[in-house]
Amino acid sequence: MKIGVVTFPGTLDDRDAQRAVRLAGGEPVALWHADTNLHSVDAVILPGGFSFGDYLRCGAIAAQAPVMESIIDAANGGLPVLGICNGFQVLVESHLLPGGLIRNEHQHFICRDQKLIVENVDTAWTNGFKLGQEITIPLKNGEGGYIADDETLKRLEGDGLIAFRYSEVNPNGSVNNIAGLRNERGNVVGLMPHPEHAVEPGFGPDTPLAMRSGVDGLTFFTSVLNQVVNS
Amino acid sequence: MPKIIVEVMPKADLLDPAGKAVASALQRRGNAEITNVRIGKRIELHYESTPTEKDIEAAKQIAADFLSNGVIEDVVAVTVEN
Repeated sequence: MKIGVVTFPGTLDDRDAQRAVRLAGGEPVALWHADTNLHSVDAVILPGGFSFGDYLRCGAIAAQAPVMESIIDAANGGLPVLGICNGFQVLVESHLLPGGLIRNEHQHFICRDQKLIVENVDTAWTNGFKLGQEITIPLKNGEGGYIADDETLKRLEGDGLIAFRYSEVNPNGSVNNIAGLRNERGNVVGLMPHPEHAVEPGFGPDTPLAMRSGVDGLTFFTSVLNQVVNS
Repeated sequence: MPKIIVEVMPKADLLDPAGKAVASALQRRGNAEITNVRIGKRIELHYESTPTEKDIEAAKQIAADFLSNGVIEDVVAVTVEN
């Protein structure tokens, strides 16, 4: 099971995403921004970081990269795609998901272990969760405030396209506490928090059981492997 | 050098944190008469020769598709400067 992880200039968490794929039992494949070849992968991850230095707008220049032409085509054909943090911004700038992300309301970069509620489990990347499950995933961003116009919000809420909501604390001023979205088909998911940072005991967020033992993020990667096996 | 200048501003009803930070610094500097600050972008597109109507149309398209994101920003001006 091959999962591509794209590296743009300025990407930071590509290695972490590759490691998460490996821990989930998949084979990570490095994809390069300037190469349109997806190397026959079964799914793609757009990892976090600061692609192209966040110039123009976060994710805007990456959305124009050659690899994205192939990813947009493949995503429209049903290929599972997960955008994490800057990857979520790239998905929004590529119009694979609606809305926009702006600077955090409180104007500070934020880094915290964030509680989320899983709002939708009918996707390639969330099918291993229980609906309404509370999970803890590290969040680290400066421009994570999700916004959309009223019409789009109504559609997102009405059609069940919200994949995750922030729980207890809204860390960045996102409307309706939106932390992540899915597309209509359920193959594309984007979120600001970083599931690849909660995949291995000893390196994840704290839990009531033990320090740094949180591995809620692993389910994103096992979900997509299950979906690919079953399809 | 002939240029087309594209100006992009954050939408009026949207929080502009950079503008807000500068506005509060201006209050601290004693410029109490300034009630608000908003910060946008000026993007210059350079050309070999005076931009044609076609160049201007193309620039407007680029401004709408790529240089701005309609969800969060407005293109407030596309002007030619020779």
